[in-house]
Amino acid sequence: MAIKEPERIWWKPYTRDERLWVAMALLWMMVSFVFMPVYHFIGAQNPPNETYRVGDKEKFRALVDGMVNKYKVGEEKGFPIVKPEPGSDVFVQASMWQWYPILELQQGKTYRIHLSSMDITHGFSIQPINMNFTVLPGYDYVVTLTPTTAGDYYIICNEYCGLGHHLMVGKMIVKQGGN
Amino acid sequence: MDYRICSLTGFKIHKTAEDLVKWNMVTAILFLTLGGFMGLLMALTRWPSVHYLDATHYYRFLTLHGFNALLLWILFFEIGLVYFTSAILLNTRVVAPFVGWIAYALMLVGAMFVNIVVFAGKADVLFTSYVPLKANGVYYLGIIIFAVGALTAFGHFFANIIQAKRDGAYKNTLPLGTFGLAAASIIGVFTLAHGAVIMIPVFFWSIDLIKYIDPGTYRLIFWALGHASQQINVCAMVAMWYMSAAFVLGANPVNEKLSRTAFVLYILFINIASEHHLLVDPIFSTWHKVVNTGYMMHLAVLASMIHAFAIPASMEVALRKKGYTKGLFDWLKNAPWGNPAFSATFLSIIGFGFLGGITGVIFGTEQFNIIRHNTFAITGHFHATVVSGTTVAFMGGTYLLIPYIFRREIILPRLAAFQPYLYAIGVAVMLIGMIAAGSYGVPRRHWDITFSSAIFPFSFDPSTDIFLSIMGVGGLLAVLGGVIFIIVSLGSIMFGRRTE
Repeated sequence: MAIKEPERIWWKPYTRDERLWVAMALLWMMVSFVFMPVYHFIGAQNPPNETYRVGDKEKFRALVDGMVNKYKVGEEKGFPIVKPEPGSDVFVQASMWQWYPILELQQGKTYRIHLSSMDITHGFSIQPINMNFTVLPGYDYVVTLTPTTAGDYYIICNEYCGLGHHLMVGKMIVKQGGN
Repeated sequence: MDYRICSLTGFKIHKTAEDLVKWNMVTAILFLTLGGFMGLLMALTRWPSVHYLDATHYYRFLTLHGFNALLLWILFFEIGLVYFTSAILLNTRVVAPFVGWIAYALMLVGAMFVNIVVFAGKADVLFTSYVPLKANGVYYLGIIIFAVGALTAFGHFFANIIQAKRDGAYKNTLPLGTFGLAAASIIGVFTLAHGAVIMIPVFFWSIDLIKYIDPGTYRLIFWALGHASQQINVCAMVAMWYMSAAFVLGANPVNEKLSRTAFVLYILFINIASEHHLLVDPIFSTWHKVVNTGYMMHLAVLASMIHAFAIPASMEVALRKKGYTKGLFDWLKNAPWGNPAFSATFLSIIGFGFLGGITGVIFGTEQFNIIRHNTFAITGHFHATVVSGTTVAFMGGTYLLIPYIFRREIILPRLAAFQPYLYAIGVAVMLIGMIAAGSYGVPRRHWDITFSSAIFPFSFDPSTDIFLSIMGVGGLLAVLGGVIFIIVSLGSIMFGRRTE
């Protein structure tokens, strides 16, 4: 019994049922384990792993501002709309409680989106397609992204960042390609 | 030495061991009451048509809900199990009673520090307190004091079993229940060591003695504390399953070797697997993440799969021995479903395995994690593991231990028999609502998912409203079940008829 010391010899061989069960469980685990790396080669959506340390937050801010000055095409509610060249490096800055700036991307083109925070931890959550990444201060996380569907997307924050957490909504516009 | 012989089980019970179990258990139930009440407020706030609390109090009470329900209720109960398995099950004594009381006092003081400073509004940082979000220093100090107390109690476990061996309380190996708590205590020691490694510097940072804590490093080490400590819970819960099956049904583990191997797998693999919290963090390479969360986590899951086989198998064998041998499922039909110690154990196995385990394996997969990280689905997952798993198992453990330790009969037996079902079903409904809403992207820890005052208007798929309402209804059922548990358990402890 589980509440009494077992008999002298308790390390008996496994029975057939036990072997079968453990083998089945192991097999299932091996399948899901193997699939994680395999999916990096055959799948279209994998967690990015390119990351850099941001020594000085102001430098990241300068990169954001430089991009905004160069590619600004409009404004919405005081936020600049930025239309960067396809394939280029795009910088998005998180702070309490906004995502800056608004991106306008072209469908089917690939962008390298750099995410970093100016203050505390934020969660970059693209809705309604529901993709989520952690944004840390002092780190630059590079998400290589190819939008496949045109439309308006919203970036909400899904890591608690203080009282205005629920106010932190940004925007991303995906336009059909060609123009 | 002050011993008594238990008239129900024949165990020789050391008075101090019994008192330590009693005090830790009752304290646990009181913190469950507080944490559960906070849980009610959470459910009422996340239920869109109710939306009860304002933002400040929502985040404040969310911090308290996590701290009281996840940490205090479960850890105090586990420390009760530490003394139960290392002294009472072995018919021996607690080596150093005063150390037991010091550990208890430290845990209580730490717990009060944290509760008071959060209530005072000085530490609205949520359970994870990710730096550079900063709380008042007392918050971190409280956690450190609590952890030192818990560490002392886990250390006491080892002292007890070593002394028990010297006293000849066991000859070769520990009973399986004690073995499970030994695994829990080992994990407890390295978990709390991680806690010290990160919380002590953060405490100094909060009082401006250290200038900078790297947020990525904090998250890594915090989760070595935060997730590995869930494996203390798993070990203690599984040990509770084995013990309940033994006490209620007289069940023998079918194969001690298999069950013990599974506990060792927990010890070896779970700590590294904590990295599944960081799958979409900008810290590690893909290969690092795959190896740690894939390979290592799956070996810990294998351990759960083994217990999921071994415990029902032992129940089946025990019930068949009682003569329920007709067909495949006669034994199941004739199991003691009216005994809350048994039904809670069974419901806990189902809830932990099917709801918690499966969602855990899915969400812990790198690619799936992109579409689930920090959504409400994660909240659903860990309510399946720690509430419908651990909490339900410990409720069963409370019903089991009240006659043995408090020597009282359970009051309101019919209500008690009904309680595990109500609670487990309520929690299951609640967390299925959470998982469904989360799969549409609804974030966890979020006061207003309608974004009514945000600068850009965004609203989720309208069906999330229904899922969140389902969560609310399930939450209310669970709270009702929780209230019954508290009335029955504390009522029995205070007013139950004495059994001897």
